[in-house]
Amino acid sequence: MSIDLSQFFDVFFEESFEGLDAMESELLNLEPGKEDQETINTIFRAAHSIKGGSGTFGFTAVSDFTHVLETLLDQIRNGQRQLTAEHVNLLLKAVDCLRAMLTALQAQQEPEQQDANELKQRFEAILNGDSCADNRGDESSKFENKSEDQMHLPITFQVDFKPLPYLFKTGNEPLYMIAELSELGELETRALHDELPKFKQLTPDDCYLYWRFFLTTTRGEAAIREIFEWVEDDAEISIVHCGGLFDEPETHIKQAESLQSVQAEPALPVEINAPSPAVTEVKTESATGKDARKNADPSTTSIRVGIDKVDSLINMVGELVITQAMLSQIGEQDITESSIAALQEGLAQLAHNTRDLQENVMRIRMLPISFVFSRFPRLVRDISQKLNKQVELKLIGEQTELDKTVMEKLSDPMVHLVRNSLDHGLETPEQRIAQGKDPVGTVTLNAFHQGGNIVIEIMDDGKGLDTDKIRNKAIQKGLIQELDDLSVDEINELIFMPGFSTADNVSEISGRGVGMDVVRKNIQALNGSVEVSSQAGVGSTFTIRLPLTLAILDGQLVQVAEHTYIIPLISIVESLQIDITKVSNVGKGLQVLRLRDEYIPILRLYDIFNHKGAREELDKTLLVVVETDNYKVGILVDDLLAQQQVVIKSLEANYQRVDGISGATILGDGTVSLIIDISGLIKLSGLRRPGSSELLVDLKTDEGVPA
Amino acid sequence: MTDRVNLNQQLVLDTESDEKQFLTFMMDEEEYGIDILAVQEIRGWEPVTVIPNSPPFVKGAMNLRGTIVPIIDLRQRFGITHIDYGPLTVVIVVSVTLKEQTKLMGIVVDAVSDVYSISEEKAKDVPDFQDSDNAQFVHGLVNVGEKMVVLLNLRKVLDLHDKSSVKSNGG
Repeated sequence: MSIDLSQFFDVFFEESFEGLDAMESELLNLEPGKEDQETINTIFRAAHSIKGGSGTFGFTAVSDFTHVLETLLDQIRNGQRQLTAEHVNLLLKAVDCLRAMLTALQAQQEPEQQDANELKQRFEAILNGDSCADNRGDESSKFENKSEDQMHLPITFQVDFKPLPYLFKTGNEPLYMIAELSELGELETRALHDELPKFKQLTPDDCYLYWRFFLTTTRGEAAIREIFEWVEDDAEISIVHCGGLFDEPETHIKQAESLQSVQAEPALPVEINAPSPAVTEVKTESATGKDARKNADPSTTSIRVGIDKVDSLINMVGELVITQAMLSQIGEQDITESSIAALQEGLAQLAHNTRDLQENVMRIRMLPISFVFSRFPRLVRDISQKLNKQVELKLIGEQTELDKTVMEKLSDPMVHLVRNSLDHGLETPEQRIAQGKDPVGTVTLNAFHQGGNIVIEIMDDGKGLDTDKIRNKAIQKGLIQELDDLSVDEINELIFMPGFSTADNVSEISGRGVGMDVVRKNIQALNGSVEVSSQAGVGSTFTIRLPLTLAILDGQLVQVAEHTYIIPLISIVESLQIDITKVSNVGKGLQVLRLRDEYIPILRLYDIFNHKGAREELDKTLLVVVETDNYKVGILVDDLLAQQQVVIKSLEANYQRVDGISGATILGDGTVSLIIDISGLIKLSGLRRPGSSELLVDLKTDEGVPA
Repeated sequence: MTDRVNLNQQLVLDTESDEKQFLTFMMDEEEYGIDILAVQEIRGWEPVTVIPNSPPFVKGAMNLRGTIVPIIDLRQRFGITHIDYGPLTVVIVVSVTLKEQTKLMGIVVDAVSDVYSISEEKAKDVPDFQDSDNAQFVHGLVNVGEKMVVLLNLRKVLDLHDKSSVKSNGG
């Protein structure tokens, strides 16, 4: 009888989180007074499925909490209650709270009840404050922790439940509903079987029975309806009030009247608590929410894939099998002129099939970036309220597709950048008006594809980076010398140094000094880069560049002695033959090449990797100029080989991390080739940034963090 | 209750320690044995890709049907003189659990020899090697007929992080 429900937990959590996301985004679309029926319905449906699911799985804390939420939403939906801004705020908080609870449950922990209970009480206060409209103003009744339907006197209902024949096929079991009914109160059940057909005509999986129940309960009709709500459409249900132990139909009518009178007048915002405690609540909630999220096990993520994508994959695999059969057939024949031609044709087809298959498999992992973008309206709303700034958020290119893994890791750095823009970038409305700007600041998130990369821009029209302040701070922190002559871009670049923060006040939102360097490190871990450009008084733009996927990379094969390495094509600026007259020695064996206006340090790959037998003469080798973090170095190689897409394999899985190597791949001939990690290589070479005592890539902070 | 549990555990231990199968291989006239359950497959030697800045006994990485597998020369690991790889030289691919991670690695040996069922109880403790670094790699010694087989502790042999065991050898 009992099924192990835990196997469905993952699906439930996934769906619930999706539901919460949907609720959140719809709530943000709601404007009190102008609410759209469809929007409210969407929110209601999401809340309803979470309630149903959590009830099924025995997460009573969640289902109880959602129940109050749902009651409020139901009243709004039915027009019994006017939506106010307070409602929206409260509902948003409830979404946060639910998310924290579900996250805790997912990590198999006991959810934090305190916030939930507080919120629940406030919801109930709203609900009760209204249903007891007669004694409004009586403070104590507002906070009575009783839900509405528990306040009825025992009443007997006659419930007729006549399911349509196909009820069982929808996965519903009347027995459970009857059991649930019996929990509500005293139950008398009559099963009616007059529709039962002759045995020969009986279809065993149809439902021919129907029932009449007499239920004496203190709970209202709503509680009964709730039991049947999953089968509402699949059955004829009538619930009739037929008197009870304390038969007082008049009081009932009175209650109904009072409810109607409430409908007429909008709920007064007076009933809601003062906003100041609300603000503090937000803090604690977000804090606990974060903690819970950290503990959750991130390894068991899943992805929803459209059935059409799967079908097309199956088709392609089918074709692949056919091609394989064809090729093996050719292989069994004697080699003739014609069989060689057939073989070549078959191989071409195989190549075609493989490429198609590869593209389609990759597409499965691709999701629109709106999954990341969708959390920002809420974030911007909350922060701008806290900072008293007026902000308009523009989202462009939400449909740009991106690998799911990249997306998950992109979220935190982006949140950080957006917070920074709001906190440090945008001015207060007064300042903006004084400067002749629109008091409403704009933050724009723009995503688009460029080559094999996705580019995400985070733009604000605020005051821009304060170069003087950054410079002073950097001198103060000993990152640069007072005499260093730095360009504006170089100064802006300093904000990515560890331990750098210009915020005057360390606020809750940003400015703890662990910031931009972490952002940069996270993005570099994804093989991406982040840059900033800024203009005083006009605004600043952060540009994140990321590879579309982590699994495949465009690579340039290079040869050093007898070894073949792969340099990611994305980081290559150019490859050239060295003009020896432009090479100069700068101490400690380091050579630099003057290339147009720049000095490019030359890194000898054979030297760094300790390979023997490579060409050492500069005029017989090639220099591959690569760029990482706005910094260029030249890598000396013997020869350039082909360019090709390579599938990234982990070297770490069976071996260990190797400095200067980001991974491995398998070339067409089946041999292994290693992929060079440019920043790791620079670190390995011990090259330092000119004009600074700092290593280009900080050694200490990077240690122990696997790339 | 607890007595029974203890008894059960003992029974389990007894059956486990009864007889185990060991794959043996030759290296420098000596026969070494490893637990056959750790062996994934045996392959001929083929050239590998050098991993830069790795210890000398790490020959490089090999493609094992799409997985990158590091190859370790056991002679160099043990500090035995290096010989050129010949047609009999084989790579035994083994899986070991190091720090809760299961890793596939290949070990290069002179030749594969035999499979024996050996009761671990019969294995004798290693005589005190005193100053030998290799003592930690040895699990025990057993006699099979006239021959002596050295049972290896693969986990120690393949734990490349163990700094004490990293021994460079020019050989």
